[in-house]
Amino acid sequence: MSWHTIGGYEVRADDLWTVATAAACSVSCGLVGCFLVLRRLSLLGDAISHAILPGLAIAFMVSGSRSPGPMLVGAMAVGVLTALLSSGLSRWGRVPADSSMGVVFTTLFAVGVILISFAARDVDLDPGCVLYGSVEMTPLDLVPVLGVEMPRALAFLGVVLLVNTAAVVVFYKELKIVCFDPYLATTMGISAAAVHYGLMTLVAATSVASFESVGSILVVAMLVAPGATAHLLTDRLSRMLWIAAGVAALAAVVGYAMAVALDTSVAGMIATVALGQFVLAALASPGQGIIAKQVRRLGLAARICREDALGILFRCQENAGGGLSAREFRSRVGGGGALGRAVVRWMRWVGLVEAGARGEVRLTSRGLEESSRVVRGHRLWESYLASRAGVDPSRVHEPAHRAEHYLSDSMRDRLQDEVKERSDPHGREIP
Amino acid sequence: MDDLVRLLTLRDANTRVVLLGATLLGIAAALVGTFAVLRKRSLMGDAVAHAALPGIACAYFVAGRSFVALLVGALVFGVLSAAFVSLVKATTRIKEDAAIALAIGGFFGLGVVLSRIAQNQPGGNRAGLDTFIYGKAASMVSADARLILAAAVVLALATALLHKEFKLLCFDRDFAATQGWPTLGLDLLLMGLVCVCTVVGLPAVGVVLMVALLIIPAAAARFWTDRLGPMLALAAGFGGASGMLGVALSAVVPAPASTLSRGWPTGPLIVLVAAGIFVASMIGAPRRGLVADLVRRVRLRRRVALQNLLRDAFERGEETGDPARPWTPRDLRRPVRGETLRRAVARGLARPGTAGFVLTPEGQAAAARVIRAHRLWELFLIEQAAIAPDHVDRDADEIEHVLPASVIAALEARLAAVDRDGPRETPIVPPSPHAPGATP
Repeated sequence: MSWHTIGGYEVRADDLWTVATAAACSVSCGLVGCFLVLRRLSLLGDAISHAILPGLAIAFMVSGSRSPGPMLVGAMAVGVLTALLSSGLSRWGRVPADSSMGVVFTTLFAVGVILISFAARDVDLDPGCVLYGSVEMTPLDLVPVLGVEMPRALAFLGVVLLVNTAAVVVFYKELKIVCFDPYLATTMGISAAAVHYGLMTLVAATSVASFESVGSILVVAMLVAPGATAHLLTDRLSRMLWIAAGVAALAAVVGYAMAVALDTSVAGMIATVALGQFVLAALASPGQGIIAKQVRRLGLAARICREDALGILFRCQENAGGGLSAREFRSRVGGGGALGRAVVRWMRWVGLVEAGARGEVRLTSRGLEESSRVVRGHRLWESYLASRAGVDPSRVHEPAHRAEHYLSDSMRDRLQDEVKERSDPHGREIP
Repeated sequence: MDDLVRLLTLRDANTRVVLLGATLLGIAAALVGTFAVLRKRSLMGDAVAHAALPGIACAYFVAGRSFVALLVGALVFGVLSAAFVSLVKATTRIKEDAAIALAIGGFFGLGVVLSRIAQNQPGGNRAGLDTFIYGKAASMVSADARLILAAAVVLALATALLHKEFKLLCFDRDFAATQGWPTLGLDLLLMGLVCVCTVVGLPAVGVVLMVALLIIPAAAARFWTDRLGPMLALAAGFGGASGMLGVALSAVVPAPASTLSRGWPTGPLIVLVAAGIFVASMIGAPRRGLVADLVRRVRLRRRVALQNLLRDAFERGEETGDPARPWTPRDLRRPVRGETLRRAVARGLARPGTAGFVLTPEGQAAAARVIRAHRLWELFLIEQAAIAPDHVDRDADEIEHVLPASVIAALEARLAAVDRDGPRETPIVPPSPHAPGATP
C-alpha cells in the first residue's frame, strides 16, 4: 500500500483513487444535472436511473458478462425508452406528466428486479449493489491506462466526464437556448427534441457508468443537488455550470472524509453532503437565500419605519412648532413594537433626533433635512394624484403614504416640474 | 395444480394472510393515490417512501427493532420530506420537481448512511432494515396484515369523510381557498395519508414498488371515467385486484428452471399486474382509450373524405351548370381515394353511370347540407367577423364537417337566411360569397 503526503497529511493512494472516482461521477452528474434542473426534468433523471435496471439485466443475460460495453448499450436504450414512453403516455394517453413518469419507471424497475432475481445466480449483480454501489471497492480492480494503474471504474467514469464536458462545451449554445426559450430554439432551426433526447442519452450513460461503482442513489442525488445549489447561487448559466462542478467535487471529497470517519456508506454520505450543501445555499445564498431575503425585508421595514417616524416628527413640529413627548413618539413609531423601539434608539444614536429642553423629541438639523425630503415626496405625490390623475383629494393620502418610501430624488424633481402648485391638496406647503 | 387449488381455497394460513394483506394494501394505496394523481402530486409518494429509510434507521437507534417504532420513525421522516418539498417550493426559486428529486436522493442517502452505522453496531445486522427497500410480501405475517387492515380502514374512512374537501382541492384549489377551506392544511393532510399508506406498505412491497401501487391503479382508473366517485371505486378495484393476482401468481407460477430462485418475487409481480391493467385500460377504455380514440379518428377522417367528395361533385355540377352531368374522380377539385368513392356508392349517395359517376338525390341532399354549412360559415366570417372574402374558404373547409345543426340554425337566424320556405328534400344552398361576381 503506497502513501502520499498532501499538505502535511499522509493519505493512502487507495483513498485518492476512491475520492477521484466519486468526484468524477459527481461532477459528470452535476454538469448534466444543471440542464435537468433548468428544464424541470429532475424527476426524469430519477426515473431513468431507476429504469435502467432491466436494461442492465437484459444486457447481462444476452452478453453473459458484466463487461461495460453491452451494459452501456442496454442501459442507454432503456433510458431513452423511459423518456420516450413517459412523454408518449402523457401525449397519447392523456395521463398527467408526473403520473406517466411514475407508471413507466416503477414498471420498468419491477421488470428489472424480476430479471435480476433470476439472473443473479452466479454474479453479484444484486439490486443492493445497484442502489448503494461499492465505491470503497474500486481500488481493488485496477487497469493500466496510459501507463498508470488506475481503478477500472475511474477510467470508465473519466471517459464519461470527458464526454459530458465535451457535450456541454460543444452544444453549449443549443442547450442554453433550448433550456430558456424552446420556441426561439425551434424558430432558429435547433431541434428541441434532438437536444432533449441527447440530454436523456447522456443521463442514461452517466447513470450506468456510475451504477456499479457508486450506486444509483448517488446518481439521483448528484443529478439534481449540485445543479439546484448552483441555481440558487447565480443567475448565469456558464457560472452555474462551474459552480455545480465545484460543489459536486467538494461533496465527493467531504462526503468521503465523513464516511471514513463515521465508518459508513460513502455514496450515501456524499448524497447527504450534497443535500446539506443545498440547504446551506437555500439559507445563506447572497441573492436567493432565505436569510438574505429576510435581511432585505427587515432592512426595508426598518427604512419605512424610520421614514414614517421622521414624517410624524416633521408634521408635529410644523403644526405646533414643538416636538413630541418621548413616550408618545415611541408608541407611535412602528406601533411601539420591537422594530419601532430599535429604530427610535438608532435614530437618536445617529443624530437624526435629539431631546429638547422639556424632554420632548425634536428633529436635529440633519433629521429635519431628511424628513423634509420624505414629506416633500409625500405631498408632491398627493398633488400629482389630485391634479393630474384626477383622484379625489380625500383619497390621496393612503397611496402617497405608500409611495413616499419609493420616490427617488430625480423622481421628486420630475414631480415638482409636473405639479406647479407650492402646496398639497390639503393646503399644506410642499417643503 | 395442487398449488392452485390450495391457493384458491385459501387453505394455507400464510397464503391467506399475504393475499389479504396485499389486496387491502392495493385498495388503500389506490384510494389515496387517486387524489395524489389528480392533485398532480403522484411522485410525492416517491419522496415520502425514500424518506422513510432514515426514519427507520433513527427509530432503530432510539427504540431498537420494534416494528411500531420503525413505522413511527418512517412516518415522521415521511412528513418531514413532504414539508421539505413544500418549503423549498415556497421559499426558493427551485421548482417542485427538483425539490422532490432532492428529497428522494438526499433523504435516501442519509438513510443509507444511518442504516450502515446501525448495522455496524453490535447486534445490528441487515435484517429488518433491508426489507424496507425491496419488500418481502411473501414473508408477511398476520401482525403485518392486521396493521395493513387497520391502515386501510383509516385511509378509506378518511377519504370518505374528506371526499368533498379533497375533490375541491384537486379540481379547483383557488376556489377552495376563496371558500375559506384550509387548502394548505388539506394538502398536508393528503400528503400525510400518502405517508401512512407508503409506510405501512413498505415492508410488503418496498420503496419503488409502493410508488407504483399509489400511481398506477389511479392512472388506470382515470381512463374509464370522468367522475371522481367511479374513479375511486375503479382504482380501489384495480389496486385490490393487482395485489391479489400478484400474490396468487407468485405462489403458483414456477420460476424458470435455469435459475436458483424459488419463485417470482411478489412485489414486482403485483406491480406488473397493475401495469397490465393500466395498459389494458389505456388501450381498451371505451372513451379515453387508444382504440376508441383511433376509431373516432378513422371515422372522422372517413366522414370528412366522403363529405369532401360529395361537395366537390356538387360544386362541379354548379360550375358546369348541369348537376346531372357525370364526372370521374379526376374531374374533381381534390384527389379522391377509391375507398371513399366505393363507400359513397355503397351508401347510395353516388351511382356509377356510363360516362362516369352521378350524385343520387340523397347524395345531392347530403352535399347541399355540407356546402350550406360551408357557405353559411363563410358568410358569417365575412359579415360578422369582418374577414376578407378571399380568406374565408380554408377556415370554412375545416369547420364545415363539424358544425352541428343547432349552430347552422343559429347562423341562419343571424344571417337572415336565404331559405325561408321551410324544410325541403334538398336544402337551398346560398351562393358562394367569394365566387367571381358575388356580392356578399
